[in-house]
Amino acid sequence: MPAAAARVVLVTGVSRFLGARVANTLQADPGIERVIGVDTVAPDVPLGRTEFVRVDIRTPGIAKIIESAGVDTVVHLNLVTSASASRAKAKELNVIGTMQLLAACQRSPDTRKLVVRSSAAVYGSSPMDPAVFGEWDEPVDPPKSGYAKDAVEVEGYVRGLTRRRSDLTVSVLRFANFLGPGVDSPLTRYMHLPVVPTVLGFDPRLQFVHEDDGVEVLRRITVEDHPGCYNVAGDGVLLLSQALRRAGRPYLPVPSPSLSVLGDMGRRFAGLTGFSPELLRWLTYGRVIDTAALEDELSWRPKYSSEAAFADFAAAQGFGHGPLTTLLGRG
Amino acid sequence: MNNARHRHDPHDSDDAETGARVIRLASVRDNGGAEDDTSREAPERGSLERGIASGLAFLRRRLSGDYAVDEFGFDPEFNSAVLLPLARALYEHWFRVDLEGVENIPDGGALLVANHSGTIPIDALMLSVALHDHADRRVRLLGADLIYQVPLLGHLSRKAGHTLACQADAARLLAKGELVGVFPEGFKGVGKPFSERYKLQRFGRGGFVGTALRAGVPIVPCAIVGAEEIYPKIADLRPLARLLGLPYFPITPTFPLLGPAGLVPLPSKWLIRFGEPMTLDEYDADTADDPMTLFDITDHVRENVQHMLDDALLRRGPAFL
Repeated sequence: MPAAAARVVLVTGVSRFLGARVANTLQADPGIERVIGVDTVAPDVPLGRTEFVRVDIRTPGIAKIIESAGVDTVVHLNLVTSASASRAKAKELNVIGTMQLLAACQRSPDTRKLVVRSSAAVYGSSPMDPAVFGEWDEPVDPPKSGYAKDAVEVEGYVRGLTRRRSDLTVSVLRFANFLGPGVDSPLTRYMHLPVVPTVLGFDPRLQFVHEDDGVEVLRRITVEDHPGCYNVAGDGVLLLSQALRRAGRPYLPVPSPSLSVLGDMGRRFAGLTGFSPELLRWLTYGRVIDTAALEDELSWRPKYSSEAAFADFAAAQGFGHGPLTTLLGRG
Repeated sequence: MNNARHRHDPHDSDDAETGARVIRLASVRDNGGAEDDTSREAPERGSLERGIASGLAFLRRRLSGDYAVDEFGFDPEFNSAVLLPLARALYEHWFRVDLEGVENIPDGGALLVANHSGTIPIDALMLSVALHDHADRRVRLLGADLIYQVPLLGHLSRKAGHTLACQADAARLLAKGELVGVFPEGFKGVGKPFSERYKLQRFGRGGFVGTALRAGVPIVPCAIVGAEEIYPKIADLRPLARLLGLPYFPITPTFPLLGPAGLVPLPSKWLIRFGEPMTLDEYDADTADDPMTLFDITDHVRENVQHMLDDALLRRGPAFL
């Protein structure tokens, strides 16, 4: 469904990995006149003809940019999932930033389209979950903390905007965990622990989306019109134990209470801020999302399955096979 | 023999890189007599070597994570190679299960409805073995959420192909043409006192009928006789059960009196019987929203299972011989 194509695109969170890659992809599209990237810090990669504006989206400054540049498409990639900053600051960025941004979109007459990066974490993780979540499913046990809760709130504000500005094309994308050579997330750091602790007696089903596929989905949603909410993940499922074995990582099952304590200590003393309660729940119960709606809508399938995305990540990290597997040989 | 050799041929020429997803340990199990031309001079050594080789290949696949699971977490290789053989030992030698009506299992999607009993749901395991070995179907059971909260049990249950009892999962499995099994009595059935053996409890809220109607699949009634005697529950320690968050804490003649030895199930004689599929063609999918019809069908299914149960109980004869 090619639309009256996006001319002026604003990308938030452009200094972070996903934002930078999406901005780079969009600026290569000759159909787009201007790509404006905003973030609170300067990007450390060249962004081509993307115009970088240092602005905090929590301030009304963002409204000025949207209005003065006549932005017609807003790609909101600012959701902070890795707690590199403190939790309070991340929440502020996620929730207050989104509120300001949406307020600006609502005000500006030029805005036509909004693309929001959300997370599959909005479904929560619990033993009472259905095996596969569709977009229409309500979470059984909604996330109570962390970026997952932020994402729920962000989606709530986006729904509010959709009600008030029914002329906008609004797409919300719920991404599974990103993996790939360039991704640095709580998950990738977890995989890098010298001995990876897992929850004793649980083997969660995990899904990954490769960074290339994530960028491609965002590009398509931005240049074409696909209103609605879509799950994004690579095909198939990997169990945590399976993933760790494939990467040859040594792992140690630990009872869940002591793992929370470990996680807490990691947060406090070792700077492992990503070892959050919601990551722990995910590593206990896992989560699988249904991506059929997106594939129907885009008539496109992710190039990388969850398995392939993980393999690409593991290869890029130089993970090999475990000593036992080597001992048993490859033939 | 010829057949067996055919089955083993791809196995002989395999290396780990090619068909990693093919389940091979089952063939290791009945590898005893199988030999091919090259090993004819020393058949015993050949089969032993092959056994070790495929065992090592299996180990290597498991250790390198080189296997596939479906979206429900079903791990067919692990199920056939590890979980089922354990259950099979009980099935063949301890409970000496007899099967009737295996031909009633349809080819495509179907909803199997069985009675539930035995204090510990071993009947679910035996049903999986029966259908795997004798009907060549992998039954996907729907289990209580309690199972998925308990460490180990939850993920083993998923690896064996089972999932949480909820409408969405059942519909998804049936749409894939799977054989889905339910125990509508739930905990009321599996934890009922010994004095009420072989009396069906209430069939939940009849959600399974709605599921079958929406999916347009037949209901296959199933009676399992023998599970009632494995742990005769003569009393229930309710306060302890509440403390542990369990639906009941059973007292049997041997548990907790004999300690861990009391966990050994009594060797009752089992009979599993599958009834004729009940097609629901006369109803359309909209009926799923008509509670009255659902209750009627639920009752009908329940009567049918009770009937089969009474009949099978008579045919089995004495409980432990």
